[in-house]
Amino acid sequence: MSAILLIEQVLNGLQFGVMLFLMAAGLTLVFGVMGLINLAHGSLYMVGAFAAAAVAGATGSFVLGLAAALAAAAAAGALIEVTIIRRLYARDHLDQVLATFALILIFSEGTRWIFGSFPLFLEVPAALSGPVTLPFGIEYPAYRLAIIGIGLAIAAALFWLIAKTRIGVQIRAGEADREMIAALGVDIDRLYTLVFALGAALAGLAGALVGALQSVQVGMGEPVLILAFVVIVIGGIGSIKGAFVGALLLGLTDTLGRTLLPVAFGTVLEPSMATAVGSALASMAIYILMAGVLIFRPSGLFGQS
Amino acid sequence: MGRETWINFAIALGLLAVPLWAWVADEPFTITLATRVAILALAGVGLNLALGLGGMVSLGHALFFGIGGYAMGILAHHAQTFDPLMEAPFVIEGTKSMPVIWLTAMALSALAALAVGALSLRTTGVYFIMITLAFGQMFYYFAISWPAYGGEDGLSIYVRNGFPGLNTLDPIQFFLLCYGLLLLALFVCARITASPFGLALSTARQAPARAETLGFSPFRLRLIAFTISGAITGLAGALFADLNRFVSPAMFSWHTSGEIMVFVILGGVARLFGPVAGAALFILLEHWLGGLSEYWLIYLGALLLGVVLFAKGGLVGTLLRGRA
Repeated sequence: MSAILLIEQVLNGLQFGVMLFLMAAGLTLVFGVMGLINLAHGSLYMVGAFAAAAVAGATGSFVLGLAAALAAAAAAGALIEVTIIRRLYARDHLDQVLATFALILIFSEGTRWIFGSFPLFLEVPAALSGPVTLPFGIEYPAYRLAIIGIGLAIAAALFWLIAKTRIGVQIRAGEADREMIAALGVDIDRLYTLVFALGAALAGLAGALVGALQSVQVGMGEPVLILAFVVIVIGGIGSIKGAFVGALLLGLTDTLGRTLLPVAFGTVLEPSMATAVGSALASMAIYILMAGVLIFRPSGLFGQS
Repeated sequence: MGRETWINFAIALGLLAVPLWAWVADEPFTITLATRVAILALAGVGLNLALGLGGMVSLGHALFFGIGGYAMGILAHHAQTFDPLMEAPFVIEGTKSMPVIWLTAMALSALAALAVGALSLRTTGVYFIMITLAFGQMFYYFAISWPAYGGEDGLSIYVRNGFPGLNTLDPIQFFLLCYGLLLLALFVCARITASPFGLALSTARQAPARAETLGFSPFRLRLIAFTISGAITGLAGALFADLNRFVSPAMFSWHTSGEIMVFVILGGVARLFGPVAGAALFILLEHWLGGLSEYWLIYLGALLLGVVLFAKGGLVGTLLRGRA
């Protein structure tokens, strides 16, 4: 395999990892601050993708589509937080799992009802549709490069928000001791709604950005949700840094595994067998990675036990 | 007898009476529906042992359900093509015999549960939920990307497997077989709950520190319960595959795990007959709401939300509270 192809695959892995980070950040933020396990996070990703595809399709503007995705996902997040999720904070994880599983059913069927069963398509914006020439003569799609850029920028902004701003202080304080910050006069209900809407907006953004690479369809959020769970289990629940490291690790493992494993097995097995074993193992690689991490660190790379 | 015992009797009798009536009235579809209930209830009974008694919120029980299904699919597939499963170092032939398939399904899913449990039970709480979920998905993707047994398309079996002395193609006989296994599993669970092992496990759930002080290892107790739980759900998987004469990766999907959990919670966590009531209610809703609207899952979702938010304790729990 050529070095150029390998670098391209590394970039693909980074792009995938950055997307997973946007998903996992919201999930882990909500868990860290509110102690809530939210299976419906993937539905917010789907809401973002559908909003982007519908608005971009109607107006012809990708940027308006992105804005719509952020707004729709944040609004949907705030709505379910105020009406339903709020009642679940004090409940055990089992109730949270069941209630958010029910929300998935409602979101998926609701979307199918509004948009029908056929996938929508979201065009890559014209300015980013071509390839970019990188050093060493590597041609790489501009749009994917833009996703990596946006994702890293969002990650930096999120770290800044949590570490440096007043709201970040409140979020971290809420993680540590919710009674205390309520006693200090922070409106904890509003803070929770805000954090939930922020996580939802990140998921919606991820959905919109990926929507232009794949088709936008009902149920698209679920595989990503599971991967985001694997990310935060590897990184350590509640840790944004862990989510970042875990997402990049997982993105690279998955992408490189799919390219390299069949080739690696090709050196010892006959071609058809090598492809079968390689691809089966590649699809399990991230779960094997997760199991490996947990054997040595049961609460993840950056989790507190 | 306590009130719950009466409710349990009513549920068990109801599940027997409906298909018997359908048999007399010659409505095979209703018998098949009842068979589905019995089999899915069996999967729920398996999960309930981990979830209700052991306090292990496993969102990966589709893993065992799927292993049971594929054990049946693979064995019957080889029997169908007269092509041995393995030739070296010794020959293993496929089979169409239900008892052999059941034992294989239970042994394999117990083995998987032992391995998954040993890894997952090092963690607790939300980590455990997510890890079991991820293990389930691992097998889902494996089943999809392994072409030897149909890959994404799954495997079909043309004739239902046989049980000595019975005609399993007759819906009522197959129902009675599944119903008998369900009762057997319920009996085993009741015995486990009442046994010293069950009491120790219950202590480990409610007060792990106290259990440890008493000299029990919560990890070992949970691992044993998780393994038995996996084996029961695996048996249900084998029966489910036989009911449909088809297995596909969907059996491994996390939706299946979610549904099995829904049966348990809908009926009542840690109630012996909870999964039976839950599975029956779920199948009835699926049938009725599915006839009302194409988008019936919206109503199911809303109903589930209502149960979680307002009817704690599920169906059996609510019945008990309402009458007490």
